[in-house]
Amino acid sequence: MMLGTHNNRQETHKSDLVNVTRLINETSLKERMITLFTKWEVILGLLLILVFVYFSNLTPYFLNSFNLLNTTFTFTEKAIMALPMIFIIMSGDIDISVASIIALCSFAMGYASSLGADTWTLVAIGVVVGLAAGLFNGFFVTKVGMPAIAVTLATQSIFRGIPQAVLGDKAYTKYPQSFAYFGQGYLGESLIPFSLVFFLVLAAIMGFVLHKTRYGRKVYAIGNAKEAARFCGVQVNQIRFINFALMGLFSGIAAVLLTSRIGSTRPNIALGYDMEVITLVVLGGVSISGGKGNLFGVIMAIFLLGYLKYGMGLINLSAKAMVITTGTLLIVAVLLPGFLDSIKAWRKLRRQQKTSTVAN
Amino acid sequence: MKGIPSFGKIKQRRETSLVFLILLLLLVVTLRSPGFVSIKNLQRIINDTSILVMVSLGQFFVILAGGIDLSVGSIIGFSGMAASMLNEAQPTLPAFVVLLVGVLIGTAFGALNGALVAFGKVPPIITTLGTMSIFRGITFVLSKGQWVTAHEMTEAYMLLPHGNFLGISNLIWWGVLVSTVLYYVSRFTRSGREVFAIGGNKTAAKFVGVSERKITMMIFTISGMVSGLAGVMWTARYAAAVNETATGFELQTVAACVIGGVSIAGGSGAVSGVILGALFMGIINNALPVINLSPFLQLFIQGAIVLFAMLINTLSEVRRGKKLLQERLA
Repeated sequence: MMLGTHNNRQETHKSDLVNVTRLINETSLKERMITLFTKWEVILGLLLILVFVYFSNLTPYFLNSFNLLNTTFTFTEKAIMALPMIFIIMSGDIDISVASIIALCSFAMGYASSLGADTWTLVAIGVVVGLAAGLFNGFFVTKVGMPAIAVTLATQSIFRGIPQAVLGDKAYTKYPQSFAYFGQGYLGESLIPFSLVFFLVLAAIMGFVLHKTRYGRKVYAIGNAKEAARFCGVQVNQIRFINFALMGLFSGIAAVLLTSRIGSTRPNIALGYDMEVITLVVLGGVSISGGKGNLFGVIMAIFLLGYLKYGMGLINLSAKAMVITTGTLLIVAVLLPGFLDSIKAWRKLRRQQKTSTVAN
Repeated sequence: MKGIPSFGKIKQRRETSLVFLILLLLLVVTLRSPGFVSIKNLQRIINDTSILVMVSLGQFFVILAGGIDLSVGSIIGFSGMAASMLNEAQPTLPAFVVLLVGVLIGTAFGALNGALVAFGKVPPIITTLGTMSIFRGITFVLSKGQWVTAHEMTEAYMLLPHGNFLGISNLIWWGVLVSTVLYYVSRFTRSGREVFAIGGNKTAAKFVGVSERKITMMIFTISGMVSGLAGVMWTARYAAAVNETATGFELQTVAACVIGGVSIAGGSGAVSGVILGALFMGIINNALPVINLSPFLQLFIQGAIVLFAMLINTLSEVRRGKKLLQERLA
């Protein structure tokens, strides 16, 4: 590092000064801007603005408050499932059976409805079956000690296998009239969908649990260092068990909304939802290796992906193009933070090298 | 240490119990339908299972190193579609070249998975969950939703799996070839042993100089390569390339591995076990219609078998651990 020994002494002096000021004022405007704009939530926010600007330029139908509110119907179920998925992924597990839990719950509700059950019984059945499925996963992961990916890969087939074995290529389509409210209804006379408000309430509750309770702190602790958390007295398996139970419960709720919205139950209901839900969480900045991220980022990701798909639909892109986009976003969302980190590390290293050159 | 293994060791091995299990299964099915265990039918089952054997062996290497490859079904779908469309567009092109193209596509996709995991530091489950959708999506984009059907394929293309050699179908020979090569790789090559090392204890393996990146690239490339081959075989065997080819096939390959005694956490397993595991799955799939069970039950049964096999694996690992501990304390 013999930077500027002879002929460019003048410049050395200049960079010298810059470095000194940098050392004194680490939070110069440029640095602060860089820190701000490499923050994950800010990046997501910028992307969301970009989506709005881009699509409203392409089509006049995008910026329409009726459309913007109505399109939330298509993603509130996934958004609700993303909430407990944060806890699961945060503590280093994964659940790829959630779409199949929906199929199982929806099947149970359809069966009960065909026997003449009323709306509230149907809701109870959906939620309870979801919870049971979550407990089933949790039992094998924490009590038996099998890896979460393996257990949920198996239950993915088991949970969907039951409706498929019974229904075959048939479907349940008879539901009580009032059951349609959950997935299709609006709040009073307004244009605000019930499911959107319901999601926001659940998000507030889960945000409180994650960021303001001991349970939430323990989830972070497990994600950062499972062994260390255990030694600190965190009952790791108990927390993970509750996570899976919550996941099942929320999938049950999502099943109620989805079944109510589309008014029918086929064995292939919600197929592919597991990848989308995991994408939402990972895109929201929750680290797949655990311990990093927050609920706000996931909310941003939910609206970003939701409105991206809405825009793509408006300009007539096929469903397959959206699946490709989601898959790519999933990978990029994991790829990018690592890339940003290494850029930050490289900048820091370069700064240190410069400083040490000047000192020599 | 080499030589004839003692009777006790043979009794303990997963392969032995699997052979008995398969014989038992055949017996039960035969009681319901006597024609099931004819030479012809058994050959048909093995023929049907050859594709599963190949892809499961690719999956085996990935699981052995502690990963998982959920994109195998989509790779099969894409390479099969691409090869069939090439065959349709250029009927004069030798079938062997078409096969090669299919294998190369699979290899490239596998290498992409490997690069994302090895260099991008994206966990295998996330990588392959994403590429599973991407590969399936671009299959639709490539085919524009259309199918390639039997009369659009050339005779030579369909003979790739359907031909005969020494009275045994080519497809079975392909299965034997892949099995032999991968058996050799896993047992007698340095890289093969390094896969075991990475899966057994990553940190220790790194300390003795095993390159994790190289191994990760290798296992995903192998998995992609056999999936590419399987895609060509699949479309040629069933004389149709549809967009949904091999959807959900990843579960069957994982099933074959865990039934064959491969630890899902990595580090232990054998090619012979995986082959037997795949045969077990193949017999189940073929037996369902014979004993008058709805084919719609297949998904449930597969899932239940996977869960049960993993349960047995986990419990026997726990027991082995306890036994070791007791021996050490004694």
